[in-house]
Amino acid sequence: MSQYIADLALLCGVFIILAVSLNLINGICGQFSLGHAGFWAVGAYSAAAYSVYFAPPILDSLNLLIACGIGFISAALAGVLIGVPCLRLRGDYLAIATLGFGEIIRIFIMNMDSIGGPRGFTGIPKWSNLFWVYLWVVITIVFVVNLLRGTHGRAIISIREDEIAADSMGIYTFKYKTMAFVIGAGFAGVAGALFAHDSQFLHPNGFTFMWSVIILLMIILGGLGSVTGSVIGAVILTILPELLRFFGDTVSEWRMVIYSLLLIILMLWRPGGIFGKHEISLPFFGKKEKA
Amino acid sequence: MSEETTFFFYDLATYLLNGITQGSVYALVALGYTMVYGIIKLINFAHGEFYMIGAFVGFYCIAAGMPLWMAFPCAMIGSGLVAITVERIVYRPIRYAGRIPALITALGTSLLFQYAGQNIIGADPKAFPKVTDFENQTYKFGELYISTNQIVIISTTFILMVFLYWLVNHTRTGKAMRATSFDKNAAELMGIDTNKIISFTFFLGASLAGAAGVLVGMYYNSVEPMMGLIPGLKAFVAAVLGGIGIIPGAVLGGLVLGIAENLVVGFWVSTYRDAIAFGILILILLFKPSGLLGKNTKEKV
Repeated sequence: MSQYIADLALLCGVFIILAVSLNLINGICGQFSLGHAGFWAVGAYSAAAYSVYFAPPILDSLNLLIACGIGFISAALAGVLIGVPCLRLRGDYLAIATLGFGEIIRIFIMNMDSIGGPRGFTGIPKWSNLFWVYLWVVITIVFVVNLLRGTHGRAIISIREDEIAADSMGIYTFKYKTMAFVIGAGFAGVAGALFAHDSQFLHPNGFTFMWSVIILLMIILGGLGSVTGSVIGAVILTILPELLRFFGDTVSEWRMVIYSLLLIILMLWRPGGIFGKHEISLPFFGKKEKA
Repeated sequence: MSEETTFFFYDLATYLLNGITQGSVYALVALGYTMVYGIIKLINFAHGEFYMIGAFVGFYCIAAGMPLWMAFPCAMIGSGLVAITVERIVYRPIRYAGRIPALITALGTSLLFQYAGQNIIGADPKAFPKVTDFENQTYKFGELYISTNQIVIISTTFILMVFLYWLVNHTRTGKAMRATSFDKNAAELMGIDTNKIISFTFFLGASLAGAAGVLVGMYYNSVEPMMGLIPGLKAFVAAVLGGIGIIPGAVLGGLVLGIAENLVVGFWVSTYRDAIAFGILILILLFKPSGLLGKNTKEKV
């Protein structure tokens, strides 16, 4: 039982990284991306390829750190390749283009035989543990929050508020959009690396469009633009399927139906998510800051 | 002409024929996308699901013993009614909330139909029943094979498109549709019931998609709840390719996409079939975002 809870906590951590990184792109920069599962897959597969084919016999945790770095760099590179052409588009067109790229990434992985292709990638060592996952969770959150408080962050937020106005105030919007996109993609790659070394098995069908939507639902549930909100959204949506399992198999099978209903209802009644753009913080923990 | 060249041309003709068949299905679905986008600027992700619903209504009608000429309109009306209901319950309240919330809602609706369908009907593909008053034969011209199914798909699509052209350009309702898509507020001031027109547009688009669903069910002989996902996305690509919001553009885009896909699959690799459509989408969005037939518009403050 405690093993089960530890596994669940580890998965929570992976999804927190994914949700916070997608929130940087979607909620904070306002660039609507539907291809996050693609970056997740790039990170997972490249990190797994490192640890299966190239890893030298050194300390496991050091190897994991290198794998995470490789996951970050490769997913960030994919982010540059996809972001530079796509970020010239806006709104719904950007959403569809990133969706398309996410699927293309999956199809390419499917056709690469050296990393398993349609059979799946096996034999990945189990290096992830709670400590490393939550260390990366902390790094991600601290990085994103600090980014937001600085000049770059203000510029990124201004793009969400009004891109044309930001442009005319002299902000180089394309640079900041790409920056947010690439950083978000990179952290999704780290989440992929951690996930690969936890599950020890990767399959291209584990990174479908459905997962992009689930990560999106996490940040919408918590509130687009709220880092704490996306953490809570990620935790809720990782634990919810496990709770639904207690109500029997039928309820568990209806999981995606419940998610999609949740998505529609949230949009109809509370389009800003539970916390909107606000951050929650305890009063004695630090003074409340207006984002 | 040497023998090899002859075979090359027969191959080419076969791929073109398959491409036109598949392309006309994409075009039928893309028409609904383009009409809905033209009128309320919503990318209706759930459009592929109307296609799936049409296929299933047709499936159950034929399984219940209806002849094809009755099952076909039933499927069209069935998916049209579902579309009207979805528009009334989900899309109308969200219409003024902005484009991204509307997009997310459409995404949710699409997933809802897919997974509810999987749970209610079952995820396994079902064999489309044999239509008794319709015989599938293959005709041979040299080395080129044409099946009755292909002729039926292409001719039905053609008839429906002519009907749509007449409806949009030569009737009162069509004029109201064009007026609503041109300027919704002004149309309302002129006494057009825009809500009704939007409902009607959804009905029309979904019934065309439903027709495409039945045709595909007959062609591939199987229907399943997830069948709308990929054709829905590809039809969207077709609509963007031709210029979204432009009705002839959807037809052109559908045909171009279908032919391109079959040529690449036929002459090159088949495993990248689904990547082609997205590749085309990204190229068109980068080089001519308004589509093949579209005009450029600049975003204003």
